[in-house]
Amino acid sequence: MSLPDKTTTIEAAVARIPDGATIMVGGFGVPGTPFTLIRELVRQGQKDLTLIKNDANETGMGIDLLIANGQVKTLISTHIGLNANAISALNSGRIRVEFCAQGILAERIRAGGAGLAAIVTDIGLGTELAEGKQVVEMNGKRLLVENALRADVALIHADRADPFGNLTYAATARNFNPLMAMAAKMVIAEVETLGPLGSLSPEAVETPGAFVDHVAELFEISEDYGIVRR
Amino acid sequence: MSDAKPLDARARMIARAARELTAGMVVNLGIGLPTKVINHLPADLPVCLHTENGMTGIGATLPYERADRNLIDAGGAYVSPIPGSAYFDSAVSFALVRSGRLDLTMLGAFEVAQNGDLANWKIPGKFSPGAGGAIELAQKARRVVVMTTHTDRHGNPKLLQQCTLPLTAQRRVARIFTDLAVIDVTAHGFELCELATGVTVQEVTEATGAPLIVPDTDIPTF
Repeated sequence: MSLPDKTTTIEAAVARIPDGATIMVGGFGVPGTPFTLIRELVRQGQKDLTLIKNDANETGMGIDLLIANGQVKTLISTHIGLNANAISALNSGRIRVEFCAQGILAERIRAGGAGLAAIVTDIGLGTELAEGKQVVEMNGKRLLVENALRADVALIHADRADPFGNLTYAATARNFNPLMAMAAKMVIAEVETLGPLGSLSPEAVETPGAFVDHVAELFEISEDYGIVRR
Repeated sequence: MSDAKPLDARARMIARAARELTAGMVVNLGIGLPTKVINHLPADLPVCLHTENGMTGIGATLPYERADRNLIDAGGAYVSPIPGSAYFDSAVSFALVRSGRLDLTMLGAFEVAQNGDLANWKIPGKFSPGAGGAIELAQKARRVVVMTTHTDRHGNPKLLQQCTLPLTAQRRVARIFTDLAVIDVTAHGFELCELATGVTVQEVTEATGAPLIVPDTDIPTF
């Protein structure tokens, strides 16, 4: 018995994304952002996208390119403060932004990936983030209902992979990637190093390949990962 | 005459706030001023620093020549691991926060109220970037302290009777480190604990937008 081969190219994988798709995008700041998949999505030009991402990257990189190109309708995020373009797109009404507390965004995605409908939490009670949300009482406490999130597509950046889609991540490039890799109908991983089946120790695998649909090896690492002076 | 430059008010505040971290703690330092305390921690202090983007055991901040492109803190600074560091995903990172494993978080502030309310994420119409992880840190760390300048850049007090901006969390701030003083939030309001060197009680009182309880005893300086 052997495991299926899911390897493909960046172009072919992104070509499967339709207009109007809801797309989860991994990354927290630069590490873990699938810059090559994003640039290909900009090139192919799919429209009316809903993006789910921790942040809006910085001006001129990552999902900022999709926003600047008019491809994004809605962004579900936790913090867009490092991207002045995204803030001005929000302020001018060019995109709609739904803000979510960071760990609650992670947990809504994890719940979606685990086949659950929602989570209940006290996070955000007494703040603006509670406005318009369903409140339930459990054990004498008021709690907010936060719906689980699933997407049509997840764009993942992994450090190492095998052809079946078993994935590992580097340092703080994990962030939302392992969670989003469980929470979409179609999971596309760009990977820095692709090895043969058996090249990853089963104990080292962080995302089991059964969650992953397409694996595209990166033959060069995007310049967007370059170290910058701050 | 000595060549040694005296600590300015900001550096003095940061050095004083750094002493809030004690042996054995798990600590999250907020983006901005609070992360500056890292440089003031004794090398032999056994303390575990956490960052929201998925790391415990943060070491020194690295200059860009030595940076690892995959290793940053939540503020985007290039950081280094130390022996015993761990990396994890964002769900694990906030499981640690919400389950009460953070002994201390030190956050920045736009406003702090005398009942411990904190506003630090939104200035309607001017600055609405989203709260990131601040709400969970402020709501769930076992102890929440704030480091901020005592007044804003226009000289208006940031320590108030009531917050005017959207809240991050209600009644959670226990202590405030400023360039003028260390102030505790008590059941009776703000109480002066320490004064910055060269600052008078009257100066602190005038810069505070709420009643300030001043103990009869000698006020230590920092």
